[in-house]
Amino acid sequence: MKTRFKNFFSTKYGILTAGSIIGLIAVMLVRFGNPANMGICVACFLRDSVGALGFHRAAPVQYMRPELAGLILGSMLAAFLAKELKPRGGSAPLVRFFLGFFAMIGALAFLGCPWRVIIRIAGGDLNGLVGLAGLVTGIFVGVLFLKSGYSLGRTRAQTRAAGLIMPILSVVLLVFVIFKISPSENAPLFFSSGGPGSKHAAIAVSLLAGTIVGIVAQRSRFCTIGSFRDIFVIRDFHLFFGIAAMFVVILVYNIFTGNFNLGFESQPVAHSFHIWNFLGMGLSGIAFALAGGCPGRQFIMSGEGDNDSVIFIIGMGAGAAFAHNFQTAASGAGPGKFTAPAVITGIVVCIIIGTVFSRSKTRGV
Amino acid sequence: MENKIDARGLSCPQPVILVQKALKDGALSLEIIVDNDVSKENVIRFAEGKYSMKTSVAQDGNDILLKITK
Repeated sequence: MKTRFKNFFSTKYGILTAGSIIGLIAVMLVRFGNPANMGICVACFLRDSVGALGFHRAAPVQYMRPELAGLILGSMLAAFLAKELKPRGGSAPLVRFFLGFFAMIGALAFLGCPWRVIIRIAGGDLNGLVGLAGLVTGIFVGVLFLKSGYSLGRTRAQTRAAGLIMPILSVVLLVFVIFKISPSENAPLFFSSGGPGSKHAAIAVSLLAGTIVGIVAQRSRFCTIGSFRDIFVIRDFHLFFGIAAMFVVILVYNIFTGNFNLGFESQPVAHSFHIWNFLGMGLSGIAFALAGGCPGRQFIMSGEGDNDSVIFIIGMGAGAAFAHNFQTAASGAGPGKFTAPAVITGIVVCIIIGTVFSRSKTRGV
Repeated sequence: MENKIDARGLSCPQPVILVQKALKDGALSLEIIVDNDVSKENVIRFAEGKYSMKTSVAQDGNDILLKITK
């Protein structure tokens, strides 16, 4: 029975089901209180969580999002049941840190991770299309490197304990948010009183939703970056069916509930500076492709015990803190003061990483 | 022509790209070792779906040996 279940989510119907479930959960989370067109956005949620811990002080975006703990724990559970819990790591950690760092710089110039790109377009936000164009372009650049031999080197198996670090950390942070742990007033945890950070579903709902997505995504390997990458590399549309199903479910829901607003202007948590929407997601696309997956997928792999993904996530967290502390993050009003230099620096760094690790033939090591 | 690829420790899509290169170079059969189920599924889906090859799977501890033949 278990093997049949295992096979199901890796089939065409399986990935379609997975995408549909993730789409359904995204719209349900908005219904239960999450920000509009942001049912489940991994980059946004990580940024909010980093803010809740006080690593940045942007008041509207501070909340410890239980969905992230759910993603990790759900993935760990599914991987454990399928005997896929494989602690591993050691593939160019510092490079992955900076890929994560700049992936977040790009995501916050656009305002969303690739999952939110889909969610925004399905809500009628045409800025999302500009972001998607950037994302696909970025992934294409990443694929060029992959095809010319890009590799960060092999991972190695690690002890079982190493694979438990991220799940344990997520439980600790869950305890923090449940008991609102704080040493004194005006100290973390911070909770936004206005803005996107103030909008959230109840903790139990968020945790459950995240856990279901974690399980489904672990079994199906659902990944937005992989979707486009596989089309470019091997003309394979398998993963793409997943994001297509997610898109259709959200679109249908939005149309039937009157939440579909087509246009560029007045979209929730979005801006219409096309160049930065394009280049922001373009930067993210390259960084995610070079790191092997979208932020959602990185969280899923971290639950399976992949410590390279953990390093990438920590890099994204640092990127989020930097982005708000140094005003490289955009807001609904437009790009921040330093969005332009940060995004351009990121693109240059990613291209250097891609070039260097294509030439060094790490593959054979 | 016999080809062997060691793709242990490599994450997707690298194992698939290595298989793609070998098949494009004219390999009629090849063996590839991977160490995770994602790579296994992807290599099988690719070889069977795009090249109509037959695949067989053998597990050896943490290693998964995939044989790909016409």
